[in-house]
Amino acid sequence: MTVLVTGASGLLGRAVATLLVDGGHTVRTFQRRPSSVAGAADVAGSLTETVDVRRAVQGVDAVIHLAAKVSVSGPTAEFEAVNVEGTRRLLAEAHDAGARAFVFVSSPSVAHAGFSIVGAGAEPASPSHARGNYARTKAAAELLALAADSGNFRVSAVRPHIVWGPGDTQLVGRVLQRAKAGRLPLLGGGTALVDTTYVDNAASAIVAALTRIEYVGGQAVVVSNGEPRPIGELLAAICRAGGVREPRRSVPASVGRMGGNLAENLWRLAAPDREPPMTRFLAEQLSTAHWFDQRRTQALLDWAPEVSLDEGFAQLAGHYGGSTA
Amino acid sequence: MVALPGVDPLWSTHLDVPSTASVDPNGTVNRWHYLDNSASLAAEPHGTLLCVHGNPTWSYLWRSLLQTGADAGWRVIAVDQLDMGYSERTGRFRRLADRVSDLEDFTAAVGLAGPVVTVGHDWGGVVSLGYAHRNRENLAGVVLTNTAIHQDPDDPIPAALRLALHGAVHKVGTSGTTAFLDTTLSLARPRLPADVRAAYRDPYGRASRRQGIANFVADIPADSSHPSYETLQEIAEGIRSLSVPALMLWGPADPIFSDTYLEDLTRRLPHADVHRFEGAGHLVAEDRDIATPVFSWLAQTHRGSDNHVLRQHSDGFLPLWHQLGVRAGGMDAGSLAVADMGRDGAVTESLTWAELQQRVEGLASSLASIGVRSGSRVSLMVPPGIALTVLIYACLRLGAIIVVADAGLGAKGLSRAVKGAVPDFLVGIGKALTAARLFGWPGIRISLTELPAPHKRLLGVSHSLEQLTSLERGPFTAPEPHADADAAILFTSGSTGPAKGVVYTHRQLAAMRDTLATTFGIRPGSALVAGFAPFALLGPALGTASVTPDMDVTAPRTLTAQALADAAAAISATVVFASPAALRNVLSTSDDLTPDGRAALGEVGVLLSAGAPVPEPLLGRLQGLVPNASLHTPYGMTEALPVTDIDLASIREASADASTVQGAGNGVCVGLPVHGAEVMVSALDGLGTAEDEPTHDPGITGEILVRAAHVKDRYHRLWLTEQDSSRNSGWHRTGDVGHFDAAGRLWVEGRLGHIITSPAGIVTPVGLEQAIEAVEQVALAAVVGVGPPGTQAVVAVVEPVPSVRKPGLANARLSQAVRGAARSAGIPLAAVLVVPSLPTDIRHNAKIDRSRVAAWAAGVLGGGRTGAL
Repeated sequence: MTVLVTGASGLLGRAVATLLVDGGHTVRTFQRRPSSVAGAADVAGSLTETVDVRRAVQGVDAVIHLAAKVSVSGPTAEFEAVNVEGTRRLLAEAHDAGARAFVFVSSPSVAHAGFSIVGAGAEPASPSHARGNYARTKAAAELLALAADSGNFRVSAVRPHIVWGPGDTQLVGRVLQRAKAGRLPLLGGGTALVDTTYVDNAASAIVAALTRIEYVGGQAVVVSNGEPRPIGELLAAICRAGGVREPRRSVPASVGRMGGNLAENLWRLAAPDREPPMTRFLAEQLSTAHWFDQRRTQALLDWAPEVSLDEGFAQLAGHYGGSTA
Repeated sequence: MVALPGVDPLWSTHLDVPSTASVDPNGTVNRWHYLDNSASLAAEPHGTLLCVHGNPTWSYLWRSLLQTGADAGWRVIAVDQLDMGYSERTGRFRRLADRVSDLEDFTAAVGLAGPVVTVGHDWGGVVSLGYAHRNRENLAGVVLTNTAIHQDPDDPIPAALRLALHGAVHKVGTSGTTAFLDTTLSLARPRLPADVRAAYRDPYGRASRRQGIANFVADIPADSSHPSYETLQEIAEGIRSLSVPALMLWGPADPIFSDTYLEDLTRRLPHADVHRFEGAGHLVAEDRDIATPVFSWLAQTHRGSDNHVLRQHSDGFLPLWHQLGVRAGGMDAGSLAVADMGRDGAVTESLTWAELQQRVEGLASSLASIGVRSGSRVSLMVPPGIALTVLIYACLRLGAIIVVADAGLGAKGLSRAVKGAVPDFLVGIGKALTAARLFGWPGIRISLTELPAPHKRLLGVSHSLEQLTSLERGPFTAPEPHADADAAILFTSGSTGPAKGVVYTHRQLAAMRDTLATTFGIRPGSALVAGFAPFALLGPALGTASVTPDMDVTAPRTLTAQALADAAAAISATVVFASPAALRNVLSTSDDLTPDGRAALGEVGVLLSAGAPVPEPLLGRLQGLVPNASLHTPYGMTEALPVTDIDLASIREASADASTVQGAGNGVCVGLPVHGAEVMVSALDGLGTAEDEPTHDPGITGEILVRAAHVKDRYHRLWLTEQDSSRNSGWHRTGDVGHFDAAGRLWVEGRLGHIITSPAGIVTPVGLEQAIEAVEQVALAAVVGVGPPGTQAVVAVVEPVPSVRKPGLANARLSQAVRGAARSAGIPLAAVLVVPSLPTDIRHNAKIDRSRVAAWAAGVLGGGRTGAL
């Protein structure tokens, strides 16, 4: 099968592309920078250019769409252009090129606002409820994608929750960087139970969605390790694996949320191009429960995570030279 | 009309009804409003529920019945009585007799044919009973919710109504303002949503619309001179001959229609099924789902009575006091029967069998002379000892029903239990009488000793046991009560929700005696030390001499080794009953034992520790104190005492079998069923529901079911709970969860309500807690689930060593150790939390309140504040 993977230069995209190559598929990647995935053919280009997209989907059987603008800040128009219009373009071109399967890689934030999530399933995406430009545009794109599902062009949405692994710049990188700088507080004692997904598990779930597209076509599934842990324990394990000191300072969750909001706004005024140190979104992620019911996901995908959290931390420790205990 | 939440607009109907009520001039036609679910019915209904609201509600009260009735195939008609709700304001003062006529006029106009089940609330209950009394032809049943049919002319009516009737308050409170309406609506627990309150208030906007409310209140016959008194009396007496099935659903937290009125109604309709929703109040139809029980009750009564419990009738029934007579009349007449111990290690009082028999019969006669009779309920708040023993046997012999609740329930729990049992008499020590006075417990009060007149008056005490015993009475010759008559109401410990009253008949108590005798080889002529209250009373029944050691029974930890040895020495005891908490203290005070004390304990042949599981190491140490005794720890509950039994040697054998015998392990091994008991388990599905066919197969986890002649008869006024617990005909569902091993031994894994439903399947707490408690830094552990059923995360909450001052996440080392222990038991944990102490029950100080722990953990792990547990 010839599969196009968009966004293969990121942590998860690279893992997906590699898994497909290892599985004997012909893999093509599509992003602005080279993917450096061994055995895959790169097509350089942008989702905002129809010509680029058309070239990328030529002759593919399936598409796995990970490319997106993912930051937590930035101008709205950019998110719209890449995440919504880019997806619309890719769907149309893939369909016209004769692809039969399309996996849209989404995020649980498309369906949930900031309040605590306890054992929830995959609720429908809701752009009006999602918070922030990223979640809002991903929600709109997911709705577009699932609406495009049809008998000869099956589309599914997979929403991995907080993907991490060696080399991850999003969660692991930021946690280590802040912990090193002594700026990683534990909100509300760090007791909130949070689901995460080790990158290899997220990749295998996405590939499973492709092979099981007849079962998950037209539907969205949330993917996680199915091992919720208190956020304090997760952060401590990441720090230990990364060889930096664990966070000790606990800030009441409400103060954290308020502080996050303030910092977010001030930061945006002062330095519009850079990420704020603590966004309100992140504060919420770190202080309220976020974990999911994985029963439907695992049944539909006929899939189970292969790497446990603890094995993941060992991988992390191997990569960064830290410890697991 | 405002939008009515919960009401299908199609139900709302108006009808012009010609009146025959005496208050209306000839030819009067009144316009009625009523709710009728006919339009929602798919087929010909089984019959009709005729629902009558009270004051100041209206048909809206019954909306849940209309909804559920449509699905259950019952037509439900809920009227707005005239001058109420959206029915016509007639401008005439309608008295009770008019209201009963009104209802008859209405049903005639609707053309209601049978079968009819009346449903009533508040003063609508009276109207509905009046209708039922006079229209028996089509009557198929009566359902009553918080109402009253009779006011004892000697007792004042409830204070709230007295106030509402007071001249100065009446007009302003009922029609002039919405005070009466608002007060009634505010009785809902929890508070009514704003839209529901608005719906109730909607028909009563102006003072003129509220005249019916005022008249209803003024029509309450406060005394015999009232114009409606005679009608009320006629109905109250008339319903005594109602033989149709009756159901009473009650909210006991009602300032007006309290348990006293429920009690009165149950005496008039003794066959009624009764359920008290503990915590619910006057508006019980709002506070709880009454629709589901009403229709499941109807389905049962409609089907016919197939709910007869199969009773095992052992032919040779011998009442509990049988041995008492035998021994008093035989060679042992002069030998010691009962003894009490003093602090100094000497016997303070003792009775021979002849004296005991005489005291019991004498007290029975005296109690009869002050009005205690067959069927009277007598609440006993007396510590174990001779006084209590005599009292119990006198009551039982009389046919009175003894009510026993544990002081360990605390003042509030005890008060709830006593009020619900509505005793006719209350015998108590000073503390109990003070509480009775303070909390207004029902029942004629009897003190132990004769009190000075002012004290008597202050506490409202009418008699004393001392005075009753001093009356010289001959043998008690009244006929013995029937074997299947109620004998006792024993309250559960309340460690799993409000304490429940458990009813035993004489036959069941006798069966309990026989089971104990056979299982533990206790024969007449043995001698026992009664250090555990429930069994203390069985000495005379077993024909054994019994002694009560010196201890504070409300604090079992006060039993010392020497006190136990003194008691054993006093009667050359061969059998000892004690609770685990008492035995712990016995062990820790064993260094102070005298050589004579050690020798006395050396004579003990059987030691029974009942009440909670006893850890094997504790039993092992106890063995050193009673070297010649076999140590038993029976498993049971207030509803079935005992169910299984195991001794120390078998406990050790069972744990050694854990890796070799199929099903051994994961829980506490409680051994084999006792003599005469059958035990099975009903397997649990992935959501922790036990509905499967009961089985004996090893390794299958399910709810434990027991069948035995000594299992409870029923729960007291908890019809719903009883239905649930006895839904396998003849069996009692214990609410405990466990499994058998291949050797037929039962292993208890926890409470049904504490089952964790993880995505990988159900997880039971006990085995996992044992595995975690094996970790060196853990003193006590509770395993609970957080999250939605079926996908719960498993969480351990532990008391660590050394202890912590504040709750929170366990440190990395402890967390790793606990996770490792759990993983070895096959269960990955989502979180490990530490707390200064876990909540345990008062009675045994052993059962962890896992529901409370789970609720707390869910808050903490949801990102809420880490408050105290």
